[in-house]
This record gives sequence, structure tokens and C-alpha cells, in this order.
Amino acid sequence: MPVSITHSQMIYDALKASDVRLISALPETWLVHLIRMAEDDADMTLVRLAKEEEGVGISMGAHLAGVKSAMLMQNHGFLAAINGIVSGAQLFRIPLLMLISHRGTFGERDPWQTEGGGVTLSTLNALGIPYDTLDAPDQVLSKIQKAQTLANAALRPVALLLGRDLMWEDA
Amino acid sequence: MRRLAALDAVYADLDGRAVVTIMGAVAAELQSLGHQPNFFYLQHAMGLASSLGLGIALARPDQSVVVFDGDGSLLMNLGGLTTLARYRPRNLVHVVFDNGSLLSVGGFPTATSTGSDLAQIAKAAGVPRTLTVDTVDTFAEAFREACHADELTTLVAKVEPIGPSGYVTDLSLLENRFQFQRWLIGHGAS
Repeated sequence: MPVSITHSQMIYDALKASDVRLISALPETWLVHLIRMAEDDADMTLVRLAKEEEGVGISMGAHLAGVKSAMLMQNHGFLAAINGIVSGAQLFRIPLLMLISHRGTFGERDPWQTEGGGVTLSTLNALGIPYDTLDAPDQVLSKIQKAQTLANAALRPVALLLGRDLMWEDA
Repeated sequence: MRRLAALDAVYADLDGRAVVTIMGAVAAELQSLGHQPNFFYLQHAMGLASSLGLGIALARPDQSVVVFDGDGSLLMNLGGLTTLARYRPRNLVHVVFDNGSLLSVGGFPTATSTGSDLAQIAKAAGVPRTLTVDTVDTFAEAFREACHADELTTLVAKVEPIGPSGYVTDLSLLENRFQFQRWLIGHGAS
């Protein structure tokens, strides 16, 4: 499958450089390499979820215990996690770093991804969650570090959308 | 068994442990026994108390963690039981107060009142130690055993659907959150 290993490695390295020590994830195609990298890293705690909202609770606990974490999920997983984000991370001012694969955008071939792609940005806006898109490889490290910096300063969730041009090689 | 009596029976055993409760009656009753900086009340985010406890337990394997969950909350996150069981942290005790009821919102019956068995569900999910108790004495004994079992336990305590008259206390959510974090980060192995 043409998911970019090179760019996945850049994202993973940026998370490591940001001192992320715990990743919760639910697999989807664009995330397979990232999840394998976390799996193969003895210094990373990878928590495989049954549903994405659990990851909000896990990251809350990790933050309260002084450990930096990140969530890896598809945008449909983000939609599934919203109550936890609002009544957990936002209510209790938790700096949640969410990496969300932005499926259903221009170029999407899977019909089942298209509806979620159309509502992801407006949902992030409605929730007041600051976000940016990772599309260019040379901005991956900088944007991940800046996103984490804002999350920690604001004590609020932030989102980085993983774009098709970064994740998919024949986009 | 009254939940307040059960909490009172183990209150002294909570010293030094990171304690996470669900919202509503459990939070208010534990506070009524005396708030401590190692208690965190997850007011809202229903279902996620067990996930939050898992996050603490994985981030701090040296720290004993206790979650006071409820039947209504756990039923909202049954998938989370499989995640708990998958990582089965030895430093986590998962207590479920089961009153068969959504007490704080009208007392409507939950599925445990029609036969769903949370200890059996936890066991089938893969939690290594599970049991159900229905008296204060057996609860206190089982809780202390779980604290020293060095193995993940889901302890279901059957309690009466009786709670406090109100749920809002004078401890603000954020004061509790920052105090708990400060305690947890500053607290060494227990």
C-alpha cells in the first residue's frame, strides 16, 4: 500500500523529539507505519484502543502523571471521541495532542470516507480546537513541536491533520 | 451494602494511592468522608474513569492506582475493559459500584438490573482477577487483597441505589485537577 514510510518516520521522529512517551491508537490505513514504529520502539508505550474515546482518558491520566502522550486516529475516530474531548480534556484543561488522518478529502477513492472528510474542519472549528495540516515533509517537525507547545501553554487539546499529500505516495 | 459505608471501610487504605472516581454520587460520597490531594473526581467524561486510571497506571508503574467506577459508567465503555485487560497493569485496582441504576439522573435501571454481570464481562474480557461482593466486610477484605494482589482486579460491589442529596461540592473541578496532578507528580513510589 502506498502509505509513505519516509513521511511516517518523520512524524514518528518528531513525536519522539517532542518527548512523547505514550501513544494511543486505533489502526487505519494511513497510520499503519506509525503504529508499527511505536510497536517496535521499546521506549514507547503503545496503547491499542477498542474505541478512540478511551484514548482521551488515557492521555488525561498520562498528563496528570507527568508523561507526554499523543493520540493517533482517523477523523472518524476523532468524531467518535468528541464527548471525551469536550467533557474530559477541555473541561479539565488537558493538553491533548491529536494526530488525525484527514480522510475523505480531494483525491479520496473510498466512498465510505467521504462524509467524515467534509465535516472534520467544521467540527474542529465548532469545538474551538486549534489545528493545522501536515502536508509538507519539511514542516512536520516544526508543526508538531509548535502544536505541542501551544497545547501545553493553553492546557487545551490541539489537532494536527495528517494530509493526503504527506501520507499517500500516489496522491 | 451502602456505597458510603463501603467507601468508609476502605478510606484509610487509600493513603498514598492515586484515586480516580466517576462523577455524581461516588465523587460526592468520597468527598464527604474527607477530600485528599490524591483523590481525583472525573466529573463528566462518563465511561472514561477506567481509561484515565489506565493512563496513570501505565505512565507510572510504580504508583498504586484505584478507580471507583460505576455500572452506568462502565456500561458506556465496555470496550475499555478489553483495553484494561490487554495491558493488565499490576498497579491498578478497578472497583465498580453496581447499584443497577442511573441514580443521579432519575434512578432508571441499568442493564445490570436485568442480568448483565459486570464481573463476568470483565473476566471474559481478560481481566485476571474478578469478583463480586455484596457486604461491607467482604468488600473491604476483597479491596485489601486486590491492593496487594500484584495483578489487575475488577471488583464489583453490589450496592443499594441510595446516594447523597446533592452532587455539587465546594471543590472546583480545576482546583481538584491541579492539586491531584501536583500530588501525583510529586509523589514517589508507594
